Amino acid sequence: MCGICGCGEPAGQTKLKPVTGRPRYVFNPASGYHTGIPAAELNSSGQKRLLNIDQDLFAKNDIYAAQNRSFFRQHQILVLNLLSSPGAGKTTLLVETIKRMQDRIAIAVIEGDQHTERDAERIRVAGVKALQINTGRLCHLEADMIGKAVTQLNIEDRSLLFIENIGNLVCPSAFDLGESYKVVILSVTEGDDKPLKYPDMFHAADLLIINKTDLLPYVDFDVANCEEFARRVNPNIKIIRLSSTNHENFKAWTDWLSAGIETD
Amino acid sequence: MHEISVLENLREIIEAQAQEQHFSNVARVTLAIGKLSCVDPEALRFGFAAVMKDTVAERAELIIMEIPALGFCGQCKGQTTMELLYDPCAYCGAPLTEIVQGRDLRIVDLLVS
Repeated sequence: MCGICGCGEPAGQTKLKPVTGRPRYVFNPASGYHTGIPAAELNSSGQKRLLNIDQDLFAKNDIYAAQNRSFFRQHQILVLNLLSSPGAGKTTLLVETIKRMQDRIAIAVIEGDQHTERDAERIRVAGVKALQINTGRLCHLEADMIGKAVTQLNIEDRSLLFIENIGNLVCPSAFDLGESYKVVILSVTEGDDKPLKYPDMFHAADLLIINKTDLLPYVDFDVANCEEFARRVNPNIKIIRLSSTNHENFKAWTDWLSAGIETD
Repeated sequence: MHEISVLENLREIIEAQAQEQHFSNVARVTLAIGKLSCVDPEALRFGFAAVMKDTVAERAELIIMEIPALGFCGQCKGQTTMELLYDPCAYCGAPLTEIVQGRDLRIVDLLVS
């Protein structure tokens, strides 16, 4: 019997800090989690039953993400999930990328925004397939939305798919879409300490693009500090500094994409 | 506020369980939330009643257990507790190589009748 709470489970080793006032919560690494209500107390009431569920609350999204990933692999589609705060320059970066790469590879874009079709229109003007997802009140894209969008877009095999997530450095980091890589874009008009303020996002990303470097002379943004903060949160993160407007170092990004296409 | 999506998944799980396990009332819902999971317990609590409205869990009490976070240090090959995603090893100061525990978000159990 558990020596801490008196329930039927073996004693837990780590005492949990209950967030609400209820005492006697026990974390047991051997048997998973249990709430520490003695079994006898529950049975004596004769009415209430305790059902052990032990299910991940992201499980549904993860199942859709796994389906997407397997579809993308089967059709050799390289998928980039682009993440940033609003206004970091995701759409401009995309338009420039399309101009430089569409002769070499088929490109499709899924645009996520709470409202309007404006971004998808900008992408279509650049000459590639684009589908706009309007999430309404939702602050992020989820894997099943991507699955449906992919069917509608009718993406060619061996293409490059960009998913422009909702501009938000918090929520989108939690939802796997089945992408090949997560790319976080931070512009120099934001703070260089963003990686420490929003660590979940930078921890999840494979690549950090420091965008709008043409504006560096006018803003108080320390690139070296920013890179150090990003590596502190994620020692494996790859970093590219570039400008989508004067095209400084833009080739580093398209080279990174080309390498991804070859290995995909 | 992605916590609403999380709560909607929770509602689906509860409704499926109510069908399978034949119960019509949930008195208590217990969640385990890792200290480094990307959801905010306060936001979950804030949205819980609204999302559970008109379901078997309408009057349920929500219990949130916080699971401590543990990281693995590749240098000293040991485990250390973590408060932040970028905490270094508490013993040698090296960056931690793996988060062993503390990122999950699970429904633990339901007290039903």
